[in-house]
Amino acid sequence: MTSRRALRFAILYFFAFLLFLFTVAPVAWLVIMSVSPASDLVTVPLRWWPSSLDLTRYASVLLEDGLFLAALRNSVIAAGLGTLLAMAVAIPAAYAFARRRAPIAILFLILGTFMIPPIVYVLPLYETLGGVGLLDTRTGLVIVYTAFLLPYAVWLAKSAIDALPVATEEAAMLDGAGTLTILVRIILPTARPALMATALLSFLTAWDEFFYALILTGSTKAKTLPVAIADFASGRVTDYGMVSTVGVLAAILPIVLALLFQRSLIAGLSAGSVKG
Amino acid sequence: MRRDGSSFETWLLLGPALLVLAAITLYPLVRTLWTSFTDAQLGGGPASFVGLDNYLFALKDPGFRAALLRTLYFTLLSVGLEALIGVGTALLLQERFPGRTFVRVLVILPWAVPNIVNALMWRLILNPEFGSFNALLLQTGIIGQYRSWLGDPAIALSMVAIVDAWKNFPLVAFIVLAALQSVPTDLYEAARLDGAGPMARFLNVTLPHILPSLLVILALRAIEAFRVFDIVYVMTRGGPADATKTVSFLVYQQYFSFLDAGTGAAYAVVIALLSSILILAHLRAMRREGSH
Repeated sequence: MTSRRALRFAILYFFAFLLFLFTVAPVAWLVIMSVSPASDLVTVPLRWWPSSLDLTRYASVLLEDGLFLAALRNSVIAAGLGTLLAMAVAIPAAYAFARRRAPIAILFLILGTFMIPPIVYVLPLYETLGGVGLLDTRTGLVIVYTAFLLPYAVWLAKSAIDALPVATEEAAMLDGAGTLTILVRIILPTARPALMATALLSFLTAWDEFFYALILTGSTKAKTLPVAIADFASGRVTDYGMVSTVGVLAAILPIVLALLFQRSLIAGLSAGSVKG
Repeated sequence: MRRDGSSFETWLLLGPALLVLAAITLYPLVRTLWTSFTDAQLGGGPASFVGLDNYLFALKDPGFRAALLRTLYFTLLSVGLEALIGVGTALLLQERFPGRTFVRVLVILPWAVPNIVNALMWRLILNPEFGSFNALLLQTGIIGQYRSWLGDPAIALSMVAIVDAWKNFPLVAFIVLAALQSVPTDLYEAARLDGAGPMARFLNVTLPHILPSLLVILALRAIEAFRVFDIVYVMTRGGPADATKTVSFLVYQQYFSFLDAGTGAAYAVVIALLSSILILAHLRAMRREGSH
């Protein structure tokens, strides 16, 4: 019996170790590349551990390179404001679907259009934003992101409100509270954890967004991090470590957020994608 | 209370959301549809109506057909791998062993890496001259000499699909892991008493319980994989020899390289219709899941 237990553990740890390597090794290698001297990265056979620690790239990207910081600022603004606006519009709509007679078919229609590939929407958006002078502006990008984040945010917020007991709202209503009061005083505080998870997922989605940003922005005025990184990686950079450094810096925020809020993110993801 | 309140107020609550979506999604959708019936050029003068000409061209265009097949292949390979690795990961993380929480936490890592960073990270790893993938395979004796993973038209698309699967398998794993919690343990006991081995227990007890959630998430992933653009843009730019030119990339070029809005829009409408099949299947499955 104990040998069977030992065998079971051996198999489990074998696969757990494989999984660990599979998920961590590529990211670890990206970090190693970013701190290796440039010559280490172009030797054959490859040197797996840097001969010395080289942090100059981080210093130059963060302190000297205005491009990266401008893109970082654009990303924070586009993703942050887009998320805030989407939440502000999504929560009342979600309430209408969860607690009022709003036709659920509309919600499915909204979700369906959101899933159509962005390539179908991009040309008219490009031309319309160009027509009103919002091409290559953060404002234009924020408007597009608000709409882009909205369907999923409504869906997640609706399942958050669905999960709340109606008794408190009924009591408040008997006391003469209006819908706005109920939303602000009851729904927002009680559904806060789930709504925060919704906002976090929206923020990460916008932070990751590349396609619209590539087409709707062009200069450092509005270009977001993903576009700046793609430009940078396809340019004439000969130092792979530099590309890695920019990659590590762009990945830090989402990775830290995902690790910190793992539990609520996963709850939100499964509520959002599986449960109706 | 649930089905209460004036309907005017309901529409007031919905109003802002519907307004935003009408302007930013409905209007572009209708306009793309309209453009597909014209000979419009990007930045060009007034366009004239050409009926179904663009669609007839699209249907006969071997380049479009090839791009569709590539996209289909990419979607099947990426989602298939995600299903395999995702379910495997979920089954492993369901078992009890010291250190399980640690592994569980780390599994979210690939999902958290931004798409563009994922693409450039793997482009560096797969670099033909100095990449660590070649170094690893050579130093362990699996390959005899360095090869070009993204420069070989025969395997480039598969490599891009594998990279996409690496980022997205955690999502499948987490959904399946959640579904596994709902499998009654006495069913396993009963199956064990009936003499069912691990494989039989998986097929007869586990799989039927996780299948509904699994199908919903795989459909969602297929919808996402079908519109793949970002990682192709960064890893291969559609090359080598168009080997990774998926439909989104093809339309992107039609619009912004050839400035041919009319034909591009016709391609886009066909893509929208094709993905609608997946989307309808997904929404139906999601509704069914939600009803019990």
